[in-house]
This record gives sequence, C-alpha cells and structure tokens, in this order.
Amino acid sequence: MSNTIQRNMSLAGEPPVSLSVVQKISVLMGMFGLMVLLLAIFNISFPDKSIWLTISLTSITLGIILFSYGAYAHKSAGIKNDGVWFKSISSRGFLAWVLGISLTGFYIILYFFPQFLGLNNNGANTGLIALFDPLSKLLSGNPASQWFVYGTLYTTSIFAFGIKFIWKYRHNQYEIIRTISVMFFQLAFAFIIPELMARLNNDEAYNIPYYDLKNIWPLNYYNFDQYRIDGFITSGDIGMALLVLGIVSILIITPILTYFYGKRWYCSWVCGCGGLAETSGDSFRQLSDKSLFAWKVERWVVHSVLVFSVLMTTAVIHSYLSYDADKYWLNKDIFLISVAVFLGVLFALVWFFKREELKKDAQYGAIGYLTIIIGLVGIHYVFGNSVFIFNPETLRSTYAFLIGSIFSGVIGTGFYPIFGNRVWCRFGCPMAAILGLQQRLFSKFRITTNGGQCISCGNCSTYCEMGIDVRAYAQKGQNIVRASCVGCGICSAVCPRGVLKLENGAQKGRINNDAVLLGNDVDLLDLIKQNE
Amino acid sequence: MKHIAIIGNGIAGITAARHIRKLSDYKITVISAESKYFFSRTALMYVYMGHMKFEHTQPYENWFWEKNRIALKQGYVTKVLAQEKKLLFQDGTSLNYDDLIIASGSKPNKFGWAGQDLKGVQGLYSKQDLELLEENAPNNKLCKHAVIVGGGLIGIELAEMLLTRKIPVTFLVREHAFWGNVLPKGEADLVTRHMRKHHINVQLETELKEISANENGRVKSIITSKGEEISCDFVGLTAGVSPSVAFLKNSDIETGRGVKVNKYLETNIPNVYAIGDCAEQMEPTGLRKPIEAVWYTGRMMGEVVAQTICGNKIAYRPGIWFNSAKFLDIEYQTYGWVWAKPKLYEKQFYWEHPNGNICINIAYHKNTRAVLGINTFGIRMRHEVLNKWIHQEKEIDFVVKNLKKAHFDPEFYHTYYSDIQLHFKNQLQLA
Repeated sequence: MSNTIQRNMSLAGEPPVSLSVVQKISVLMGMFGLMVLLLAIFNISFPDKSIWLTISLTSITLGIILFSYGAYAHKSAGIKNDGVWFKSISSRGFLAWVLGISLTGFYIILYFFPQFLGLNNNGANTGLIALFDPLSKLLSGNPASQWFVYGTLYTTSIFAFGIKFIWKYRHNQYEIIRTISVMFFQLAFAFIIPELMARLNNDEAYNIPYYDLKNIWPLNYYNFDQYRIDGFITSGDIGMALLVLGIVSILIITPILTYFYGKRWYCSWVCGCGGLAETSGDSFRQLSDKSLFAWKVERWVVHSVLVFSVLMTTAVIHSYLSYDADKYWLNKDIFLISVAVFLGVLFALVWFFKREELKKDAQYGAIGYLTIIIGLVGIHYVFGNSVFIFNPETLRSTYAFLIGSIFSGVIGTGFYPIFGNRVWCRFGCPMAAILGLQQRLFSKFRITTNGGQCISCGNCSTYCEMGIDVRAYAQKGQNIVRASCVGCGICSAVCPRGVLKLENGAQKGRINNDAVLLGNDVDLLDLIKQNE
Repeated sequence: MKHIAIIGNGIAGITAARHIRKLSDYKITVISAESKYFFSRTALMYVYMGHMKFEHTQPYENWFWEKNRIALKQGYVTKVLAQEKKLLFQDGTSLNYDDLIIASGSKPNKFGWAGQDLKGVQGLYSKQDLELLEENAPNNKLCKHAVIVGGGLIGIELAEMLLTRKIPVTFLVREHAFWGNVLPKGEADLVTRHMRKHHINVQLETELKEISANENGRVKSIITSKGEEISCDFVGLTAGVSPSVAFLKNSDIETGRGVKVNKYLETNIPNVYAIGDCAEQMEPTGLRKPIEAVWYTGRMMGEVVAQTICGNKIAYRPGIWFNSAKFLDIEYQTYGWVWAKPKLYEKQFYWEHPNGNICINIAYHKNTRAVLGINTFGIRMRHEVLNKWIHQEKEIDFVVKNLKKAHFDPEFYHTYYSDIQLHFKNQLQLA
C-alpha cells in the first residue's frame, strides 16, 4: 500500500499521530515520576521517602490522566482508533520495541534479581524498595518487598489507565461499568485488603499467608502449597475461612458464575491480569494473531499448561500429606484416588453429553491428557514410593519458573507491545483454560450476530485481544461461542453496523453452525441451511 | 468439468464462488484487476484512518482460496467473446469458460463537470482510489482544504477520513439536508447537525459548477452553483456510483445502465449471469430499484446465482429491505421502507432524543396501521425481530409497545423505549 510511503522525516508526526501540547506536558509529567523511581533504583537516597514516593506516583497517575484528557476530551464520544496503525507505539514500531524491552528487563530483575531493586532480607531495604517502605508500613506495618513495589505500580497502572479507558469508551456503558469493576477489585481485593490482613499476623494467633482474595487456583498455583495450608490451618477461623474460600472459589463459585455469565465475570471484570490487559494493555489489543494456526497453537499450549498445573498441584499436595489415615482423614492415598476419580468422572460426563461439540483435536487432547494423569497415578502405585516419577518440588519450581514467572510476567506482560495484551491469558493461563472449557460447553454466554448486517469490515477481528476471528462467524451469521472469549465487549463496540451483542441466553440455538445470513428469499435461506 | 469464470472479486463474486464450491466440484476462476485477494470494500476507509491495515480488510486468510480450489486470476478483462465463451485480457491472454458471472461492481459517477479529471480530483470506490487518496491527501500540509461533492454514504465516509488527518472539509449537498433524497427530514437534519458538530462545512442546496486548475494541472478551486469560489487542493466526487460495464461494449451482452438481467440473474446470452452492483434488474422486486449498489444485495445475488449455476434454478427474490451505516459517531440502521417523501398511504412516527443524536422513525400504513419500515439512529435493533414484524405486517401500536423485544444495544445501555411509547401516546391523543 502506498500509505506506507514516508513523505517527511518529522519525528513529531502529523495527525492523527502527532501529540498535542497538553499531551507533551503530560508525557513530561509521567516521565518525571518514572525518573524518580529510576533514580531510586540507582540508590539515590531521597531525603523524605514518603513525600518523594507520593510525588512520583502522583505525577505518573496525573501524567496518564492528562494524556487521556489531551487525547479524548475535545473529541466527541465514540470509537477512538484513529491512527492506531500509524503510531509507533501501537504498531510494533520503534517505541513499541523500546517499551517491550524495558518491561521485559523490569520483569527479569523483579523475578530473579530483586537485590538490584534494593531488597535486603537481612537489614533495611535500599534503593527503589526502600522508597516504598513508608507506604508498606502504613498499610501492613512491614517494610516493603519487591512484590509490594510491583503491586503498588500494578495497581497504579490499572487505576490510571482505567481512567484513560473509561474516557476513551465513555459512550459505552458496558465498558465503563466493567472497567470500574476491575479497578475496584485490583485496588481493594488485590492490594489494600491483603496488606491490611497482614496486620493480623502481628497477633501470635495468626499466621495468614498473603492472599489476594480474587486470585483463584490454578491462577495462583501456589495456593495449596504446604506453607500456605499450614498458615491457614493455624490461623483460627479466618485462616480456615480463607482455605475454604480457596476451594469453594474454583469448585463452586466459578462454575456457577461462568454458567450464567461466561468467563467474562472473571477474566474481564475481576482478574488482575485481565485488569492490567484491559487498561494498560488496551493500546495493544490489535496486535494479537488472528490466524487459524495461532488458534491451534493456543488450544494445545493453554490446555497443556492446565494439565501441568493440575499435575504439579496434585504432586505437591500429595508430598506433604501423611500416609496415616488416623492422623488426618485426608491421607496420600485418599487424595490421589479422589483426584483420579474426580478427573475421570468429569471426563466421562463431558464425553457423554458434549462429545459432538468437541473438535477432533480436542477429543484426542482430552483422551491423551486423561491417560497421562491416570497413568502417572497408576505408575505411582506400581512403583511404590516415588511420587509421580517426578519430584514434586522439581515440578513446582519448574512450574513457578516457566509458567509463573517467564510466561505470565516476562512474556505475558513484557511483550504487550509486540504480541498484544492477552498473550498470557490466551496461551498460558490455566484458570482461563478451565473457564474456557466451561464457557464453551456449559454456559449461557454467547456473542450474537445481528441477522444479515455484517459487512465483513474486520474491525471486530482486528480489535479482538484474544485473537478470535470474530468476523469469520459474523459474516456467516453464526453466534460466537469460543472458549477463549473474555467478553471484553470491544468487538461489539467497534462494529460500525451494530452487528454484535454479548448476551446470556438459553442453551437452545446458542451454537448455530448452520446459521445463514438474513435478507434473502425465505425458501432459499432454508435451502442454504440444509446445505450447511 | 464445467468451468465457471467470475469477473470481479467483490462480495457478490466471492459469495457466488464460495457457494458454488459448497454445492459442486466445478472449476472456478475469479478474476480481478483490483487486488489478488478479496477484501471488504466498505472497510477501505479504516485503512486511511489507521484503524486497520489493508490485510485486516481481507476476510479470508490467503491459503483459503487454494484449499477451496478457487483459482484467482489477476487481470483486466477487455472483451467478452460471448459466442466463443472466451474472455480477452489487457495483457493479451485469454480464458475459456462454460458459465460466466459478471460481478464487476461500480465506478464513481462523474456528471461531466468541467475539470472533473484534473489531478487531485477523485472518487472513492476501489483500492486504487484509496492509494490515490494517500497521494492526493496525505496530510493537512499538502492538502490544506478538501471539497466533497455529493451527500451520500461515501461522501460522509470520505469526510470522516479526511478529518482524522485534520484536513478541513467543505461538503456540497444538493438537497435540503444531508442524504435528503433517502432520509426523511428529521433524520437528514440530525445527520447534518452532527456533521457540523464535527466541523464539516456543510453547504446545503449547493452543487458543483466547475473545477479549476492551477498551472500544473492540479485542482486549485471549485465554483459552486451559487457562484462562490472555494479554493482547495482536493475534490472528492461522491455523487453516487454507476455500474462498471464499459468493457462489455461491443459484446453481445445487453446493457442499459448496468447489465440487464431477468429474475434469474440471467443476461440475454445463455450461460452468462450478472450480479451485484453491475446488475440491472429488468423486473425489480417490490419497491426496490433496478440497480442496488449495496453490500447486502451483492451478497444475496451471489447466493442465488450459485444455486442456479449448480442446477437448482432459483429466482432472485430478496426479502425485506435492510441497510446500515455509520455517520461519524452515529450508527444508522434501516429495515423495510421509510421514504424521504412519504408515499400517499404512508405515515411516519418520529421520535428524537433531546440530545439530538438519537432518533427513531417508524413508517406505517395509514389505513391498516401495518408497519412498513423503521429507521434508527444511535439505537441498535435486532434484524430478525424487525424483519419478522414487517413481514407479518404488525400494527404500529404493537411495534411501539414491543420495541424492547428488538433491543440490540450492548448491556447496561440506557434504553429509550418508555420515552418513545409516551411520545407515541401523546401523538395519538393530538391526532
């Protein structure tokens, strides 16, 4: 296309790429806030830490808000995608790579070299982490850790970019309410409540592990680790309540809400990873890969991660349970057999009721994975003590490294500007995999196509962060019922012809592969339907 | 094996090809001079605006065509030798066929204005037009002012495109308000107001008289029917489109404004069909026009002609009319007929939100009260439900009362159905 021809070398660009004066000031402001953090990393000791931390976080937040003001305030309410594919930052240009590499570097330091951020386990923190000490002490009473720094920046980011998102989609009530929801859950459930709960641990009766209340296993794959279970059990009623919440969340709350509303209740309304993707990552949603090939890779990778997490958790729990049934009713054997029975029954039910809905590769996958798990349990019994032929601690640390750190953090977030904002959610998140299976097989949720109104323009597919080729369904008149859909509602928002609507409705007719486009002679439509 | 050649890879030609493939094993060749792969013409605007890249406008991945054994030939057909069943191409090659489908689309109208072929003057229809636009109006330094002539859908899209690059636009509209020959007054005024809110200089009841050139043969200004001279670097001619059938001259295929076809989309020559924008119906269905240059009708004709070619001869009998568009920020949908100048038997019930951006207009038969059509602006409606109501000739009273059942706006959106009902009741009492 000739529009790739560069006609002038101006770095500032022309409309719609260029920045307004307000936006330039806002960039300066935000950069100043970041600069304070950067100086702290290089051990510049700020005299009054609480004031400088406040200054830094405030100028970052206000910088982002002012930038949004400059971008949207003077424009009428509506879709704001002008120049998305011309801007360097949102079209994998130079700025995108700079940002991607910086974020990736930050994650690597955060996960593997927190000492560079100033973490000191044997004395007072220094550097960046020390800068956050006052806030941490205010909330939990403890000095900050690298995770507190990360949590604070994460929450600030969701909050500030959440405001940007709301401004951008201010004509869309669904987007506004959904974004307020993710902002609330991040600020309250993920950030403030756990920090305040940590104060309980000052009392000797409590030993509560850090618990982001909305984080559900297997997303928080460590939830049933021994140290946490011990913590829960030794922390009285509150501890037990948290343990029960952890189990109930995945086994009861999740299936019920997903049945009624689809996985969106979690992925784009509650989840922190989703919250960051929807707010801070919104500028990158168009970068997801929509090819059929990517979809195939997605199915195999995300479900493999799910199997890995189930396997790992089972092995870990098994490792610390007792052999002796008298000591505690849940011993190694009972646990292992109940896991095998649970998965077996689940598989049998799905196979019996929903087999026709599964594609060939899904059927192979399901059989294969079940065989692996049951097989490993079998091996365990045949060969006696060796648990699962893998060492549970090796399994756990491998999972924590590969999935917990590299996939969700370094690649998942660090590469936002290159692969899009939902790489982790789409390819890696085991929680999304569970919710997705359920959304596909047992849910009322779907995206409805409006009769024959689709013009195949491609806005829906382009802006689908999960890489779903929405248009492929819409232009055939089919409902969109996909495991990966997080229900962000953007396809419906960007559609220029009012074709797409997120709905919860009856199971009957939900999946309509034989659908035809409305508009033609009724007899012909029947005929085409028969041919489908 | 029968060989089907299809001239044109727009929505009509591609729909025909896909459906023929579903129904048969015939050899299929789709011919286009415009682009190798099918793309959504209606999405070209988003490429200029930076919402999408060109490849995003392609509804099928590139492997799709080979997998479905649909051959793609790039070339420009210069002559159809109908007797020999042979196509001649500009590059000297030729292609034999058994059945021919002409789906060559449209071209922008030019009404013989002085200066209409100057540099910087263009329509907006094809991929090449988009590329030309990138040259003619890349930014607001090289294109300081644009004039658009013709108040229809393409015109307002072109205006929206230019605005994204902050190019000031003057818009000449022949009618009393934007698209006033299609939209009733309430809706036409609503859109006109919205355009002005976006700083488009809309000049109503004004036509183009002539375009003048500078010393380089580039447009420098236009003169309106009111005698005003407006200096500009760009003129968009968007006063509708007409069938692109010039290449059929001297063939035996009968053409009028378009390729003349009967109910079965057959031309006067056996085994030659025409569909989409370029087809001119000799017996149009109901109140429809002989030529309908709309995405949806192109698609429907493609579905029909595929049946006929595959041995199941079927007449083209489109159902209830529908269409949609987006005017800057305001979405528009229409179902059935709501005439700009109401028919003798037609009455219209119009409701507009106080904010002036949302409205609904329901046309009904003044004797039977049967609903004839509905226009909505800023409200999404469910095609299936309205299609059914119009088909069943439901009374206006029923439709107003049950409008909520056709609701298609996203969840949590404010609804206006009680306001609309109240307004309807008040009007009844006044009447």
